[in-house]
Order: sequence, then C-alpha cells, then structure tokens
Amino acid sequence: MSNNLKTLTNGILRENPTFALVLGMCPTLATTTSAVNGMSMGLATLFVLVCSNVVISLLKNLIPDKVRIPAFIVVIATFVTVVQFLLKAYAPAVDEQLGLFIPLIVVNCIVLGRAEAFAAKNSVGLSALDGIGMGLGFTLALTLIGMIRELLGTGAIFGLQIYSDHYASLIFVLAPGAFIALAYLMAIMNKIVKK
Amino acid sequence: MVLSLVCISVVAAAALAGVYLLTQDAIEAQKAQKQEQAILAVLPEQGVGAEVAEAETVGDVVIYRATKDGQEIGAAVEVSEMGFGGAQKIMVGFDKEGKIIDYAILDQQETPGLGDHIKEWFKNEDKPGQNIRGRKAGNLKVSKEAGGDVDAITAATISSKAFLRAINKAYNAYMGNADAHSGASKQEHAEPAEGGNDHKCGKCKHHEEGHKCGHCKHHENNETEKEVSHE
Amino acid sequence: MEKLIIAPAPHAHSGDSVRRNMLLVIAALIPAYAVSIVAFGWGALIEMAISVAACVGAEWLITKYLLKQKPTLCDCSAVLTGMLLAFNVPSNLDWWILVIGAVFAIGVGKMTFGGLGQNPFNPALVGRVFLLISFPAQMTTWPTASGFNSAIMGQAITDANTGATPLAIIKSGLKGYDPQWMDKLPDLWDSFVGLLGGSLGEVSALALLLGGLMLICTRVITWHIPVSILATVALFAALMGAFGGIPEGMCTCKYVGYELCTGGLMLGAFFMATDYVTSPMSAWGKIIFGVGIGLIVMVIRTWGSYPEGMSFAILMMNATVPLLNRIRPRHFGEKKKA
Repeated sequence: MSNNLKTLTNGILRENPTFALVLGMCPTLATTTSAVNGMSMGLATLFVLVCSNVVISLLKNLIPDKVRIPAFIVVIATFVTVVQFLLKAYAPAVDEQLGLFIPLIVVNCIVLGRAEAFAAKNSVGLSALDGIGMGLGFTLALTLIGMIRELLGTGAIFGLQIYSDHYASLIFVLAPGAFIALAYLMAIMNKIVKK
Repeated sequence: MVLSLVCISVVAAAALAGVYLLTQDAIEAQKAQKQEQAILAVLPEQGVGAEVAEAETVGDVVIYRATKDGQEIGAAVEVSEMGFGGAQKIMVGFDKEGKIIDYAILDQQETPGLGDHIKEWFKNEDKPGQNIRGRKAGNLKVSKEAGGDVDAITAATISSKAFLRAINKAYNAYMGNADAHSGASKQEHAEPAEGGNDHKCGKCKHHEEGHKCGHCKHHENNETEKEVSHE
Repeated sequence: MEKLIIAPAPHAHSGDSVRRNMLLVIAALIPAYAVSIVAFGWGALIEMAISVAACVGAEWLITKYLLKQKPTLCDCSAVLTGMLLAFNVPSNLDWWILVIGAVFAIGVGKMTFGGLGQNPFNPALVGRVFLLISFPAQMTTWPTASGFNSAIMGQAITDANTGATPLAIIKSGLKGYDPQWMDKLPDLWDSFVGLLGGSLGEVSALALLLGGLMLICTRVITWHIPVSILATVALFAALMGAFGGIPEGMCTCKYVGYELCTGGLMLGAFFMATDYVTSPMSAWGKIIFGVGIGLIVMVIRTWGSYPEGMSFAILMMNATVPLLNRIRPRHFGEKKKA
C-alpha cells in the first residue's frame, strides 16, 4: 500500500513534472496566462496521461519492442484527439483559449516519458496511479503559475478581482512573464525540496 | 510486429471515428451558436425576437440583415480592416437609420495594453467623447484629425483609426453606398479624399458629420429607401 | 580566483575603483540632466528622486534581509541604475510605476543573478523594458517639453501637452499612416539641442554627447562601442536613403541626422551599452557588439512595431556578450592554430 501511495505522491512533489523534471515546458509557458487556463491544460493532460498509461500498461506485452514508440504515440494521439473533440463540443470557451496547445499534448514529453519509463514496465494499477500523480503534479504546477501570472498581470485570481488592473503589470500575462514566473517558482521549489 | 502496429492503429482509428460521430453534431451546433450570438449581441435590443436573414456579401463585408415582425430593424455587419498589429475583425450592429447599436471584436492582434483596448474603449458609456454607440457612422474620425470627434485610445491612434475605418466601411456597405467615393449620384455628398475638409456639399459644410441637417438627411434617407426597395 | 596572484613589484594601486567609475558616469550624466530639468521642470526632479531612492532602497533591503550580506550601497551602482532608469521614462510617469520598475531593475535585473558583476543584462534597461511592456500607455505618453517656467508655475501636465516623439512621427511616415508626417517633424537643430518630447534623459543629444566625450576623455569608457553604434546607424540610414527606403520628400542627410539625434540612441550608446558588466572586453568584441546594437535598432525603427528599439537592441546584444568574450588576445607564446 505504501508503494501505491509513494507512486501517487511521487509526481506531485519529488518528481514534479514541471519543477523537478522540467518536462512539458511548451504548454507550461504558453497556456498559463490565467489560473483557469493553466488548470484546464493540466486537467486535459491529466486525462490523456491516465488513459494512455492504463492502455499502454495493458498492451505492454503485445507491443514488440522495436515499434513501441510509434505504438505509444498512436495511443496517446488517439486520447488527445478524443479530448479535443470533447472540448470543442462541450467546452468551446476552453478550447478557444487553449487552441493549438490541446493537439500539442501529443508531443508533451511527460506523456510519452511516463509511458516509456513507467507504464511499459509496471502493472495497470500502478500505471494508473502514476498517471494520476504526474497529472496532478502538472495540473498543480500549471495552476500555480497561472494564478501568479493572473494575479500580477491582471490583478485577479480565477477571474476574481483582488486589486484594480490599473496597477497590474501586463508583462506577466505575456510571454516574458511566463519565463520570469516559472524561473522564480522553480528557484523557490528547489530551495524548499532541498531543505 | 507490423501486424500489432496495424491492429493498434485500426482500433485507434475506429475509436476516434466513434467519438467523432458522437461529438460532431454538438461541435457544429456550438459553432453555429457562437456566430449567432455574435450577431444577436450587436442588434437592437440584443436581437430579442429578431430574425436574421442570410448573409450577404458586399466586397469583403458581410451583412446580416435583421427583421422583426417582417420589418427591418437593422443589421449586424462583419468587417475587417488592417490595424496596427494585424487584421481587426469586427461585428458591428446598426439600427435601420444607420446608428451604431453596439460592436464586438471577433479577432484582433493589436498591442496588448494599448491597441487591444478597442474591445471596450469605444463603448464606454461614461466617456461620451469615446463612445460611438448611438452615433451615426460613415465619417467617424479621431478627434486629432480635422473634423473628427471620437477620442482615440491613449497612445494607440493607429489602432483607433483602423477601428473607425472599419466601422465606416461597415456603415457604407450596409447603407448601400460602398462605392460612395466613385458613385456619380453621390458625388456632391461624398466625403472628400484624405486630409480635406468635411463635406463638399455646400449646404452641409458648416455641420459636423452627424448629418443632422435636413438636406443631408434627405439624401441619406432617399438612398436608404432606394436600397430597401431593391430588396 | 583561488589561484595565488603573482605580480612583479611595485604594487601600486592606480586609484581606480568601482565607486570612482560610477561617480564619473554620474557626473557625465549631469549635463543631460540639467537639460531635462529645463525641459520638464519639477517632473524631472521628482522622477529622479523617486527612482534613485527606490533603487537604493531595494538594493539595501535585498542585501540586508533577503541575502543577509553586507550591503553593497557604497559602490554607488544602485544610484547609477536609478539615474539611468529615470532617464528612460517619461517625466510624468506615476510614482508607483517607477517604484515597481526600480524594484524590478534591482531585484530581478541585478540581485537575482548575484549582484553587481554577475548580471548578464543592464539592470536599468531590464527595469525600463519591464515597464514598457507592463504599462505601455503610461510609458509612451510623453509630455512635450514645456520649459521650466511653465512647469514651475504648477501647470498640470494634461493630455493637451503630450505629443508624439520625432521617432514616432518618422515611424508613421515610414509605415504610410500619416501623409503629413514631414510637417510634424520638429526642426533637426531642435532635436539635437533637446527641448522636445521624449523620455526624461534622452531629449538632448548635445548634452549626452558632451557627457559621453567626457567619459571617453577620462577613460571610463573606450570609443569602440559608441562609435560603432553611431556609425552603424548612420550607415544604415544612408543606405536606406540610397535604396529608396525613405518616403519621398526627405533628404538622406536630414534623415541620418534625425536617426542619430532622436530617441534613446545617444543615451544608450554612451551610457548604457558601455556598462562594464554587460559589454564585451576585447576591442573587436566591443565593435561587433556596437554594430549589432546599431543594426537591431535600425531594424526595429524601420520595420518593427515600436518607434524606438534602443533598449531592446542593447538587451539583445547583452545576451551575446559571453560569446563575444571568447574573442581574446592570444596567450603569450601560444601558436596560431593551423
């Protein structure tokens, strides 16, 4: 049981995909303009991660070693496309905000990385837990960055105005702000984890 | 090896086809609804009870005429114009006299924090100098130019000018004088080329571009009626 | 650093120090500052006080409470950063914007990287670009130089006496937005002497040139960077004239003059690009650095969406400095590689 718990929490702190593994930087930087956007991106990735981990873990004995990467990609791309269809149909506003970055989950290193490093070697249950842990870690990181950028850039958190946007620094909702916010968060996380 | 990859691909394709069929209708409906909402939002009374006609295209302007109980109440006009950072795509609504009801920015690439204020700037009810709602378009200009009385966005004059050009273009297309500059019948009334004074029509010269003087209004209305009777 | 330093006697100190150089640069900024006081009145005094106080305060707080080190205020580099930041903003900027910029300049631009000597980018420019992107409207609304008399009478700066800078006017001409741009351009001599709209310290090319020459004469800086920047800009503008890149009606000589005298070019070329920490060490490195800045400035001024690109150009070339520092003299006795 403790092993299961460890697998689950692994992705949230010790091997956090964003702050520790530094994987999936493209969506991390591009979609965190607000807390909601960061969270939606995180949840979409979480869904793909769990589904692909489970399916790949199920298929791990059927897939020959030589073609495993194309096979993994096909599985991941399928789930990404499913997410895209679902968002377009039932959450068009989210789809419009995230735009191109939903299809780009296919090439997110975390998803393929976990498939290769974990799901292909472990049981279905553990793979699912790993997917949830990693996905949650990614979601939390993206939401945190999104919150900070939204607060500094527009004066709001989750759309709730904290202070007037007259005093907000626009740079944080633009590209440079993503790098600045990520860099400082990573420095703080490193300090906390190393202690 | 090949077989297993083919199998996975076939299963994946089948699954995707299934999801596609399931979600297709919802996606189409969302798209149609979005377009409809954009149109209704700028019509008089938010388009309550209005019926929107098929799109008609005048040049690169798309006009959606709206009727209520069989009577024309105005139109939503989709127009695009090059701004500072790229094309500004605007949906603007007019009542049947050509007064601006409301507008919405569908797409724009203006500078964040400067030009992208076009989203809200020109509909600020508290600042009559910059509010264009209720005004008559056709010859809107920023107040820095001769004869202009719309306050431009601070430090974003070019975006503001492009926006007003788009609104004027939409108005001209809607009122049927898209070729006002070349049309012989409208010659005396046409606005002069860049940089000139307001109107060449002697009777109206002393007036602002609101076209409130009787002569002008007369012209306008004639034109409108002609256009309507064509329909 | 850990190596034992062996040098032949006599061990005389030249008297040169960080503090001395910083003070000389500050002294060289005084002519330009005097012009901006004449041009903008109280605004220039207030902005400068806020900016310097905020920079010094931020450095003191960070070194004392965050890093728990000995404060490094004595080298006067924070004062200089504050002055340069104030020189780079409009004189009617809200005080809190300036404070945010100063804290960002010192906190992010300098102390994050380890303090003076470690920062890859010029802190004052980091602060300025941060403000330009964060508060674009406030940062690009320049008061016209109303003169000290009217400013001291307490006339509030309103929308009516803000105006486009010469470069913004040129931009609207280049992009074809404004057919009458030629008439709006101020006289070239006025642009050279100053007393036009613009950021606090960039209005007078003449005063900046005087300060810059003083720095070169006192050997605080070498001629390589400023000369290569100015020459590149002049050549680029002249070539534009030769190949028809300038709208009709503008003669090439005048165009070159405007490009050299307006905007932040002089301020950047003499005072910001030459920052020791963020510029290359070798002579050839400096020349490449200067040419790069000149090219980027002209590319931004001609084709970019901003009318002026001096701060962006310097920051971009700052990033190339580690690479340019690989150009170094051959070690004594080292053979040329075949």
